[in-house]
Amino acid sequence: MTNVRNGDQIVAESFLEVRAKLLEVAATLDRIDRACETAPLDEPAKSKRELLIEATKILLSDEPSRAEQLQQLFSRKYDTDWRQQLGITEA
Amino acid sequence: MDYIDPHIHMVSRTTDDYATLARMGCVAMSEPAFWAGYDRGSVDGFRDYFRQLTETEPARAAQYGIQHFTWLCINAKEAENVQLSRDVIAMIPEFLDKPNVLGIGEIGLNKNTKNEATIFLEHLDLAAEHGQSILIHTPHLEDKYQGTRMILDMLCDDKRLDRDRILVDHVEEHTIGEVLDRGFWGGMTLYPVTKCTPERAVDMIEQTGGERLLVNSAGDWGPSKPTAVPDLIFEMRRRGLSESLIRKVVYDNPLEFFSKSKQFNFTPRG
Ligand SMILES: [Zn+2]
Repeated sequence: MTNVRNGDQIVAESFLEVRAKLLEVAATLDRIDRACETAPLDEPAKSKRELLIEATKILLSDEPSRAEQLQQLFSRKYDTDWRQQLGITEA
Repeated sequence: MDYIDPHIHMVSRTTDDYATLARMGCVAMSEPAFWAGYDRGSVDGFRDYFRQLTETEPARAAQYGIQHFTWLCINAKEAENVQLSRDVIAMIPEFLDKPNVLGIGEIGLNKNTKNEATIFLEHLDLAAEHGQSILIHTPHLEDKYQGTRMILDMLCDDKRLDRDRILVDHVEEHTIGEVLDRGFWGGMTLYPVTKCTPERAVDMIEQTGGERLLVNSAGDWGPSKPTAVPDLIFEMRRRGLSESLIRKVVYDNPLEFFSKSKQFNFTPRG
């Protein structure tokens, strides 16, 4: 670990920026919900919206790897059997 | 600070960009072959592209004191045309002795399909037969994790390959660990919406110590920022990180990785 800034500095430097990003998230969800009053989301959009809500829950966790967990949430699953499924022979 | 951009597509950039990069300290760059925004129709189309990469771009770069290197392949998007891909792979050796060629790249996966995997494996054969270093593109967004794992499976299966001569590019928080732990080099691409911001890249440098890590702009014809590496340098300075660590990721590491290619002939600024 080569980080030279302390936590107080990081909070001070990033507070306004993160506050602005959170407001963007909140306003975007509000915008989606307002639009849904006229027509509901189709299935693909609904599952994407659910993913975004799941993502916000990860932010609330106390674990040190929230960014990695978000990446996993937004990823297709890896299956060790992919070769058989695609019909690729092992070297 | 002098720096090297190890992944940038200068055929898509203007001469003004070369001038700007030179003014910001870029002394060398490497340009992997990639998708032109449309599928090329013939082997001759690729032959012309490889001439551009091995003749035209080095000359354009030299006008601004930048040394230009390149990597050759047919990219994953065009691998769906298996016959064309095989014909291009068969033609690549015509160019392997050109003075700025560092190896085979950027090969990889895009949508993680059977044809992409087949052509990826045939590129590995080409690299192994000709003793070439390899630069690898990993997929974007939801396909990245799965595609990166598939790529690592194929690389680790092939006992002919030297992991120390392979750069796995576009790593992010969920793929960097596996790439570095298995002995490969990792590249972080600063491409704000689909890949990584300078801030997140610096977080990964802080967490790993920057060993075997490279940083690039992947500047191309799409929304991208060719001066993204100087943005990373600025963010590292802002955080108070040492000049030696900055230099390691933007200069020493690319030099060390490129030096594994027999044709890498670099003259540092005097
Ligand atoms: Zn690229």
